[in-house]
Amino acid sequence: MTFAPNNTQSNKEPLLEVVNLKTWFDTLAGTVRSVDGVSYQVYAGQTLGIVGESGCGKSVTALSILRLVPTPPARHSGQILFHKQNLLELPERDMRAIRGNQISMVFQEPMTSLNPVMSIGAQIAETIRLHQKMTQHQAIKRSLEMLRLVQIPEPERRINEYPHQLSGGMRQRVMIALALVCNPQILIADEPTTALDVTIQAQILALIKRLRIELGMGVILITHDLGVVAESCDRVAVMYAGKKVEEASVIDLFDQPLHPYTKALMSSMPSMNKHSKRLPEIPGMVPSPKELGKGCAFFARCSHSTLKCEQETPLLTDMGSDHVVACFAVTEEHV
Amino acid sequence: MNQKISIAADLALEPEYRVHNFRWLRKNPTLAVGSVMLIAMIVIAVAAPWIATHDPLEIDPMVRMQGPSTEHHFGTDAQGRDVFSRAVWGGRVSLTVGLSVALLASVIGIGLGLIAGFFQWADGLIMRVMDGLMAIPGILLAIALMAVTRASLLTVIVAITVPEIPRVVRLVRSLSLTLREQLYVQAAHSVGTQLPVILIRHVLPNMMAPLIVQGSFVAASAVLIEASLSFLGVGVPATIPSWGNMMAEGRNFVAVAFHIILYPGLLLAFTVLSINLIGDGLRDALDPRLSRQL
Repeated sequence: MTFAPNNTQSNKEPLLEVVNLKTWFDTLAGTVRSVDGVSYQVYAGQTLGIVGESGCGKSVTALSILRLVPTPPARHSGQILFHKQNLLELPERDMRAIRGNQISMVFQEPMTSLNPVMSIGAQIAETIRLHQKMTQHQAIKRSLEMLRLVQIPEPERRINEYPHQLSGGMRQRVMIALALVCNPQILIADEPTTALDVTIQAQILALIKRLRIELGMGVILITHDLGVVAESCDRVAVMYAGKKVEEASVIDLFDQPLHPYTKALMSSMPSMNKHSKRLPEIPGMVPSPKELGKGCAFFARCSHSTLKCEQETPLLTDMGSDHVVACFAVTEEHV
Repeated sequence: MNQKISIAADLALEPEYRVHNFRWLRKNPTLAVGSVMLIAMIVIAVAAPWIATHDPLEIDPMVRMQGPSTEHHFGTDAQGRDVFSRAVWGGRVSLTVGLSVALLASVIGIGLGLIAGFFQWADGLIMRVMDGLMAIPGILLAIALMAVTRASLLTVIVAITVPEIPRVVRLVRSLSLTLREQLYVQAAHSVGTQLPVILIRHVLPNMMAPLIVQGSFVAASAVLIEASLSFLGVGVPATIPSWGNMMAEGRNFVAVAFHIILYPGLLLAFTVLSINLIGDGLRDALDPRLSRQL
């Protein structure tokens, strides 16, 4: 299932290391802590999945890595280490040289991520020429190669077409070509398959997986679909209300989810071998980032919550074999 | 560049596109009629030296205030000048002013509007200045500007451009605010594109349709304002024949020689109508919701 050897990660240098990242938004109604102390590592040739409900800060984390969140209103703190430099402190010029060149991003909406008035060839060529010295002719040639790499049929014809002439799946392929054209070391895929139907979803995921292995990239795959995670990730971080609540290898997480939130997510997934009547749901709503107290953010919806959960924030604890979780119910039971 | 040419070549080769173009014109008679009218007006203005039967400035006291005849197609004015020749030459002034103002106001307005839309620190400043400009009636502002400068074609163009700028700035700013949130603008940013490049390559082309429409309306209103200024005596110098000047001079003789103001008035209405028809036609043609109905 996993292509890259899983056990090597602890003795390998991470490609990208996010350390205690906080992205806070100053709004008129108070400070919104969209991302509140998230850490993770991305290794070459591996996929890190980030799962969580809408609004839990998955996308903001990803956008923060590329510094695409406008500041103000946002404020960053913590560190994002890439090749020993902190991306959060890099001048904008150096940051521009990294975007699309060493770290690139694929967005959720292939329908609107392409400029409607430029042919797709021109868009890919433009990105190449931003980062590499090439003539327009060479860049177009390279665009053609990229379209072939992402398996677009008849690339010679498609290269002169405009986004409205392509289907959703094809546009997402173009977006991936656009993201990979400068051979980035890290690809951030923000729900790349959400807007696509299932067959195309599987094709796009297979494509990302294939390219990851061929090009040896590190991939951050943001999704709310646990099926997608099981399919294509090596490690998974579960986020809830701006915090990472659990992180483990994909096998550990699915075999033995520890955090009550992860368990609840798993049980609310339809299963193929059990015939269940009605899927269990997680009661309540994600708390608005504004109303978060000092306790565990999942407190109000959790079936294991105690008084302690309301008053103290659980810290991430390693439960062995790189499986970390932030929950008093789990860690104290263990002790 | 090569690639654009190849696209154009492809379009020219494919017969369905040509059919499509003709159908589009037939479906949009407003645009077709407006274009024909404006092209006719432009031809007349450009070919003025050959079409005009007399020197527009030549005074002939012997034939004062004569009605239309074969010698003087539109009659003569109070000083015996040929109204037809003057009207033909006057078209140059109107069209020059209309076109220049539309271009100038668009270029300045696009620049200011983009800055206001993309840089928050500049937004307040630029928009308050624009609000101030819009608070003064355009024609009054133009008169004031003319009062402090020497009358010439150039100063008229500038005086009319200034009050027209806020209309363009407002449009560009509101379009920028929408476009800057578009995912493809963010995507361009995420691959490391610099802001000026994003503005020119990704934002500007996507706001061309409403801008062209707005430009045509600015041109129409500029033609009218120029005529008004000349009519009020603060427009182009009296030595240059313009429709406004002609009507200003002819208004004292309306009772005895109506033709002196009739013909320039008709031409003015014809020109403004043609530009407005083009504007309406373009709005329909460029609006994706309407063009889908094909």
